[in-house]
Amino acid sequence: MDDQHLENLIGHLLRAGVLLAAAVVFAGGCLFLAQHHSQLVNYKTFRAGAEQLRTVPGIVKLAGKLDSRGLMQLGLLLLIATPVARVAMAMVGFRLEKDWMYVVVSFIVLSVLIFSLMHAT
Amino acid sequence: MRARTASYTTEFLEAKFTTMTVLEFTLVVWALSTLAGFLGALTGLGGGVVVVPALTLALGVDIKYAIGASLVSVIATSSGAAAAYVREGFSNIRIGMLLEIATTVGAVIGAYLAGFTSTHIIAIVFGLVLLQAAYQSVFKSSPEDAHPTESDKLGKFFRLAGNYPVKGRLQEYGVCNVPSGFSLMFGAGILSGLLGLGAGAVKVIAMDQAMKIPFKVSTTTSNFMIGVTAAAGAGVYLGRGYIHPSVAMPVMLGVLAGAFLGSKALMHVPVRTLRIVFGIVIFALAIEMVLNGATGRI
Repeated sequence: MDDQHLENLIGHLLRAGVLLAAAVVFAGGCLFLAQHHSQLVNYKTFRAGAEQLRTVPGIVKLAGKLDSRGLMQLGLLLLIATPVARVAMAMVGFRLEKDWMYVVVSFIVLSVLIFSLMHAT
Repeated sequence: MRARTASYTTEFLEAKFTTMTVLEFTLVVWALSTLAGFLGALTGLGGGVVVVPALTLALGVDIKYAIGASLVSVIATSSGAAAAYVREGFSNIRIGMLLEIATTVGAVIGAYLAGFTSTHIIAIVFGLVLLQAAYQSVFKSSPEDAHPTESDKLGKFFRLAGNYPVKGRLQEYGVCNVPSGFSLMFGAGILSGLLGLGAGAVKVIAMDQAMKIPFKVSTTTSNFMIGVTAAAGAGVYLGRGYIHPSVAMPVMLGVLAGAFLGSKALMHVPVRTLRIVFGIVIFALAIEMVLNGATGRI
């Protein structure tokens, strides 16, 4: 498999990931509107909000219960995962090409991304 | 005088805002985000430059929720467009990945800073970045013409040279000034994490102007990098609670739909006129953001 071919495949996988994420956000959004449509909104002052919506395990758990906010947040989490998957796939690609310098470069980028996501655990 | 007018407008909108229902809010934000995504795709500036001011100024949403929603929509447009860009064969994954070290580290630092910086300062910095975007929208930076075909020493060491299709033939290019490109990318990352934007404009400047990479390669590689940079900020945002599901939901769905429509419409609209109109709108939003930040209203 050459570079261009692999890139193509990654591109299509990413688009599929975005569509899946959008579908989950949309489903959660519909449920949310059905349940809360006539409530008054207040996003004027920032509050960190429920812990469950700020951590990966919490979000997965809430979404599993088909909670509307949990589903929306799960979709957004899937979206955040797409670039992470892209870097991981690129790292595998460099590994197949035995391009060790760029395996290391990709690994550093992946580590920073995972470090960032650790804030949400 | 200007500040007073601004505050009257804001007060009026605030009064309206507090009586909004979830359904009204969702529909208004969705419509605004679709428009923002559409214009952002046509002008290449991204949806965030309109979404964040619209949410904070017009709807009174706390700027932290606004930048959280904006940042996830940046990821959506970047990942969603990847397949199209790859097909064209312009992007250079080695350049992208190497510079990504700088942008991701910058984005994490920027996202931390957003937690310690007062919303007034964030609003003012955001306004200043908008001013630059407005300028760029009207006076489009002319692509650097002189491209070396040979890389300099560091460019060679990192094997950054590549080729891209020009009129059906592959044109070779080299890459220079890696350290200055790397530091500019670090700055782009900080802005992205602090303001919830893709900071694509700074990335293109770093590659096109500093590293002498052809414009087409710079813009497509920048698109690849924007999503990864935003993801680096998004982890911190998520943990801090900046990503509020019911604010981010209509923004993400709207920007994604708008960006898709924008990429389809690109061939059929007078882009030059649009850039000027868009530039004027962003200029007005920039002034409002700075004034509201300076007077402590945001």
